[in-house]
Amino acid sequence: MNIVVLVKYVPDAQFDRHLTGDAHTIDRNESILSELDEYALEAALALTDARGGAKGGNTVTALTLGPAAAAAAVKKSLQIGATQGLHVSDEALAGSDASATSLVLAAAIRSLGNVDLVITGMASTDGETSIVPAQLAARLGLPQITFASSVELDGATVTARRDGDDFSEEIQATLPALISVTDQANEPRYPNFKGIIAAKKKKVTTVSLADLGVAPDAVGLAGSLTRVAAAAERPARTAGTIITDSGDAGIQLVDFLAAQKLI
Amino acid sequence: MSAIVVYIDQLDAPGKLSTTAHQLLTLARAAGEPVAVVAGPASPELLSELGAYGVARVLHSEQPELGQFLVAPKADLVAQAAAAVSASAVLLDNSAAGKEIAARVGVALNAGVITDAVSVAVDGGTLLAHKSVLAGSWTVEARAASAVSVISVKAHAVEAAPAPEAAVPAIESVDVAFAPASLGARVVSRTPRAASGRPELEDARIVVAGGRGVDGDFTPIEELADVLGAAVGASRAATDAGWISHASQVGQTGKKVSPQLYISVGISGAIQQKAGMQTSKLIVAVNKDAESPIFEIADFGIVGDLFKVLPQAVEEIKRRKA
Ligand SMILES: Cc1cc2nc3c(=O)[nH]c(=O)nc-3n(C[C@H](O)[C@H](O)[C@H](O)COP(=O)(O)OP(=O)(O)OC[C@H]3O[C@@H](n4cnc5c(N)ncnc54)[C@H](O)[C@@H]3O)c2cc1C
Repeated sequence: MNIVVLVKYVPDAQFDRHLTGDAHTIDRNESILSELDEYALEAALALTDARGGAKGGNTVTALTLGPAAAAAAVKKSLQIGATQGLHVSDEALAGSDASATSLVLAAAIRSLGNVDLVITGMASTDGETSIVPAQLAARLGLPQITFASSVELDGATVTARRDGDDFSEEIQATLPALISVTDQANEPRYPNFKGIIAAKKKKVTTVSLADLGVAPDAVGLAGSLTRVAAAAERPARTAGTIITDSGDAGIQLVDFLAAQKLI
Repeated sequence: MSAIVVYIDQLDAPGKLSTTAHQLLTLARAAGEPVAVVAGPASPELLSELGAYGVARVLHSEQPELGQFLVAPKADLVAQAAAAVSASAVLLDNSAAGKEIAARVGVALNAGVITDAVSVAVDGGTLLAHKSVLAGSWTVEARAASAVSVISVKAHAVEAAPAPEAAVPAIESVDVAFAPASLGARVVSRTPRAASGRPELEDARIVVAGGRGVDGDFTPIEELADVLGAAVGASRAATDAGWISHASQVGQTGKKVSPQLYISVGISGAIQQKAGMQTSKLIVAVNKDAESPIFEIADFGIVGDLFKVLPQAVEEIKRRKA
C-alpha cells in the first residue's frame, strides 16, 4: 500500500517565535520537523511494517511544502523510516494560507498517482489551525477521519477512535482516506544509525508549481484568501511574587485571591 | 444588509441553544442579517429562542446523514445554505467540529477561513478577527480577502444579548446534496463521556489544573476548584497516567484556555503546557520545586507541598464565606 505523510518544517517552539515583514508571516529560522507530524509518520510506518514494509511493496512518502530548508523535514522522515520524499518548493509559495497550502498539497498528492492513505498530524505547531487536513480531504474527495487516537486497518477498512469532549467515537472508512492523528495515537520511533545511513540512498523528488500544474497566483500571498492586517508581540510574562510555604501559604493564597476580587 | 450565517448544531443537544450560539447570533446581528442554519430538529422552543436573538430566517435539515458521518455532511449543509442566501459571512463555534466545518465550507465557497477568533469587529462592512498565534506569544488582526468570510469564534468573544425586538423566524427546509466522499467516514459507535458537573474548561472564569505532582490524587485540586466554582484541568503527564480524562488536558495538544485565573498545581511548566495557558489573565503556581519554570510566568507563586497548601486554602475560603 502507498501512504503519504505530511511533514512540516516549523519554527522550534523551544525558542522565541516571531512574525516578520509587511505580511506578518512566520520567521522560519531555527526550524525542525513538527513534533506532531512524528505521530503521523509512526502511524504510517506501523501500518506498512505490519504489511511487510518496503520489501512488501509498501511505500511511505514524506511530503513537505516550503523553501529549500524544508527539505530537512523530509530528510529526518527518511531517517526515521519513510521510503521516499516529495518536496514542493517554489518561491511563489511564500505566505500561503491554509487554503493555498491545501490546494498545492492536493496537487502534489494527485501527482503521486495511487495513494491509499494520507496521514497528517493533528495540527501544525506554527499555524495551529488544524484546518489543512479537512481542506485537503475536501479537495481530494477523500473521506476524512480527524483527531484519531488510534488507527487500525483491516483489508481496505480503516477503523479509528476519536475522543471528543462529549463522546468517544469509533469511525470507519474505506480506503482511500485521509486521517489526522493525535499525540495519543502512538509512541514515535527515533532515527537509529542504520536508518540514518539508509536515508542517504533514498530518493527525494523536488517539484515546482509548474511541475504540478498550479498557477503561481493561486498560491502565496496573491492566492491566499486571508490577510493578516496587523500583528503584535505580547509582552512576555514576568515572574511576580514568589513565597515559600512556612505553614500559612494557603492563607496567603486566599489573601491574594481576595485582593484580586476572585473570591 | 447581507446575510450572516450562523451554524446551529441540534444533533447532540436538541431543543436549546448553547451559550456560544447565543454569542454567535449576537455577533451576527451586529454584522448583518442573522440567518440560522440548523442541523437536526428545529423545535418550537428553538425557533422562539432564535427569534429572541433576532433571527428572522432559519434554514434547516433533518436528513439522517447529518448525524451518521462526522462533519463532512454538516459542511455540505452549511456551504449550500450559505450559497442559497448569498451570505457574506459564516460564523461557527471554535470546537474541533466547528473548525472542520469551517475548513470545508472555505473550500466549497472559495472563502478565507479564520479560526480561534477571540473577538470579531465589523469594519467597513467586512469582519475583522483578532486571535493569538504562536502559543499565545503574538496577537494578530486577520480578515478574509474573499467575498465570503468563514470564522470560527471562541467562547466569550462577545457578550450575548437578545435582540431589542424579537423576530418570528420563517423556516425553510433544505435538501442537501451530499458529496459522495462526505458519506465516506461513518460513526460506528458513540460512547458519551461522563459529565463532571463542573464548568467547561473553555468557559470557566477560573481553572485549577493538576499535574504529575498530585501523584494520582486529584481530590485537593477538585476541592479547591469546587470552592472557587472553577473548572478542573490537567497536564499531559496526569492525563497520560490515567488519573483524569484526556478531555481535561490543557496545552499544545489539549485545550487552550485563557481564564481570569489559572491555578497551576504540581505542574512543572513545560513549553507544551504553557502553550495552553499563558494567555490567562492571572497565573498562580503551587510547586514544591523553586526551580520549576512555571515560576517564571506566575503572578503569585508558592514553593510548597500541594497537599498542605491546597487543603489550607480550601478551609480558609470556606471560613471566609461562612
Ligand atoms: C508533542 C507533545 C505534546 C504535548 N502536549 C502537552 C499538552 O498539551 N499539555 C501538557 O501539559 N503537556 C504536554 N506535553 C508534555 C510536556 O512536555 C510535559 O511532559 C508535561 O507537561 C509535564 O507534566 P507535569 O508538569 O505535570 O509533570 P512534571 O514535569 O513531572 O512536573 C511535576 C511537577 O510537580 C511538582 N511536584 C511534585 N510533587 C509535588 C507536591 N507534593 N506539591 C507540589 N508540587 C509537586 C514537581 O516539582 C514538578 O515540577 C506534550 C509533549 C509532547 C512531546
